[in-house]
Amino acid sequence: MTTHLLTGARPLGGEPTDVLLADGVVAAIGADARRAGAHVVDADGLVLLPGLVDLHTHLREPGREDAETVESGTRAAALGGFTAVHAMANTTPTQDTAGVVEQVWRLGRDAGWCDVHPVGAVTVGLAGDRLAELSAMARSAAAVRVFSDDGKCVHDPVVMRRALEYVKAFDGVVAQHAQEPRLTEGAQMHEGVVSAELGLTGWPAVAEEAVIARDVLLAEHVGSRLHVLHLSTAGSVEIVRWAKARGIDVTAEVTPHHLMLTDELVRGYDPRFKVNPPLRTAEDVEAVRQGLADGTIDTVGTDHAPHPREDKDCEWAAAAFGMTGLETALSVVQAAMVDTGRMTWADVARVMSTAPARIGRLTGQGRPIAVGEPANLTLVDPAARRVVVPEQQATLSVNSPFAGQELPGKVVATFLRGRATVLDGALVPAGGHA
Amino acid sequence: MRHLLSAADLGLDEAVLVLDTAAQMAATQAREIKKLPTLRGRTVVNLFFEDSTRTRISFETAAKRLSADVINFSAKGSSVSKGESLKDTALTLQAMGADAVVIRHQASGAPHTLAHAGWTHGAVVNAGDGMHQHPTQALLDAYTLRRHLVGDGGRADVTGRDLSGAHVAVVGDVLHSRVARSNVQLLRTLGARVTLVAPPTLVPVGVHAWPAEVSYDLDDVLATGPDAVMMLRVQRERMSSAGGGFFPSPLEYTRNYGLDARRLAMLPDHAVVLHPGPMNRGLEISADAADSPRAVIVEQVANGVAVRMAVLYLLLAGGDTARGDAPAGRTADHQERTDVRTDETRTHA
Repeated sequence: MTTHLLTGARPLGGEPTDVLLADGVVAAIGADARRAGAHVVDADGLVLLPGLVDLHTHLREPGREDAETVESGTRAAALGGFTAVHAMANTTPTQDTAGVVEQVWRLGRDAGWCDVHPVGAVTVGLAGDRLAELSAMARSAAAVRVFSDDGKCVHDPVVMRRALEYVKAFDGVVAQHAQEPRLTEGAQMHEGVVSAELGLTGWPAVAEEAVIARDVLLAEHVGSRLHVLHLSTAGSVEIVRWAKARGIDVTAEVTPHHLMLTDELVRGYDPRFKVNPPLRTAEDVEAVRQGLADGTIDTVGTDHAPHPREDKDCEWAAAAFGMTGLETALSVVQAAMVDTGRMTWADVARVMSTAPARIGRLTGQGRPIAVGEPANLTLVDPAARRVVVPEQQATLSVNSPFAGQELPGKVVATFLRGRATVLDGALVPAGGHA
Repeated sequence: MRHLLSAADLGLDEAVLVLDTAAQMAATQAREIKKLPTLRGRTVVNLFFEDSTRTRISFETAAKRLSADVINFSAKGSSVSKGESLKDTALTLQAMGADAVVIRHQASGAPHTLAHAGWTHGAVVNAGDGMHQHPTQALLDAYTLRRHLVGDGGRADVTGRDLSGAHVAVVGDVLHSRVARSNVQLLRTLGARVTLVAPPTLVPVGVHAWPAEVSYDLDDVLATGPDAVMMLRVQRERMSSAGGGFFPSPLEYTRNYGLDARRLAMLPDHAVVLHPGPMNRGLEISADAADSPRAVIVEQVANGVAVRMAVLYLLLAGGDTARGDAPAGRTADHQERTDVRTDETRTHA
């Protein structure tokens, strides 16, 4: 394996130093890193982060290979600086058995661009009725620890209670898509001033907040841990803040798009802005930024949701929910949180690597940048600016809400256990010079 | 004006111009020969994805009176029911050379998408989209209101006039109503005051941003002496659990929000009653009210043709003077419209 010497890199945005990657680990930092024969990566001015970990990726395989495959999705992940992604369970067939999660896990391992950790469905077929064989998935080769019916809410309080209790046996976590189904029947966008004017059925904030409130109380009652996916409203931030103050073992996620975009964008009826939960108001965006900065929200998860063109090239009501995000997430976080002075690069490492790795119980990811640690690393150029061109991305789909927009920051290199998956901003095939 | 997608597209001058043009069109309709040569050689497509009899016939009549060729395309019995998308339908009609597309669609925003997605080069007229907008209905309502409240029922010249000072109560299912949304915007533009009257369940969250007052009590509002009462259609199925459970029973709705003889008698002498149709007699409006002399509901239908003639005329021949001369065979047409497109202010933000 190639030995890489990163010269002048700034770990977590700190003082520049040299970092040597050898034998899959960080071999040396500082003066003793200079080693003859190493492949030199000029990292002057670049920020070195632990490899990013996404708890919320839709890779679509098996079933919707027209939208994304494990191969294409993990290429996108590597280009976005990720060294591990959690593949959501809403595939076809559903990832609700040991067989299917092992299939996805193997596809990820064979692709080799980043670690793929399948998420197991909480209920059979995401139907919300009865528990899937969670233990079998946990004890499979895929070693599932995160369980979610994402895309659907585990709305039955008894099923949710049982799931929270059951996963304690193998230190799992239930990741809830908080959406009260009756309050959101036919919902098309955030319910408020804009939906009233546009005549689109509203998705009220309370439909998210009510489920989160119920779930934190259930988690407290049964002494389990809960992860709240794509929290999107100011009220949700308040509930999670309250729950944490009470000592409840809850973690929460926000997506890049909810950190940046509002429901005002729906006025053009462009389905690229159709997503679930929907884009909220400017006040909500401010609240989730505040919540992420103060630690109420633990992670940024992409909710990368690729869709084929025909599912977005239509009238709003007929369009699918979802946006791509793997290749823009870090830039959006930089724009929303770092460039605004709300967070440091160390904070970015916490919310995009350390915390998601901890929640997913990953051992080799989200580690400190220190000698002897696995060399899962990302080099980012914070001074670069780029215009998002979905057609040039690695993801098979083009439904990016940031298309045509200029964003700060660029992933220059990504290392997976010492192997460069990305160098100079381009993918490096396995068996190549790196 | 390149498209008519929303009542909000119209400024005061444009709105008054449409009404004045409609008045000119209406004058021609009193003649023995009603047909004008204005749009000869132009093709207007009525693209109806949702059931509608009166609006489609109204647009069809308007286009034919202007000598346009009319193609009626309804979702039933067409390839739409076989799963053809809005996009492919639009591309097909574009290939057939539609100069204007009059679209009704159950999805809010579908006309906006049709106008801005590059699927058609023709003018797009929104004939009702989901719960969003129905701008020609608002225009015909405004035309009718102006004729009665400003023009003394046709006895005075109203050219150039707006609806300043008028107070209009809009009563019924505001939440699901594209007619209400268009009327609130257009009446406000024309200087009228609007009070929305509905049970709280049928008022949208976010209504506070609308330029209208909201009341839950019809009798209170009628006691203030509005100049016009516009009754909205209420679908009976909205009361069922599957329909959303918006009110307990039709009887309770009628008791609180129906316009009957007693409430009709509360109105000032000059006040008029409107309804976009089709009416649910006995639910939101009683026969007494619907058939009373102050109901202008049938006149609304006639005015609808004149207003739609005006809209088609202004969209397709707006560059010409209002002499009614035929623009058929203009070869610079496409170029002209390409130029106009750069003036669009609405974008896909």
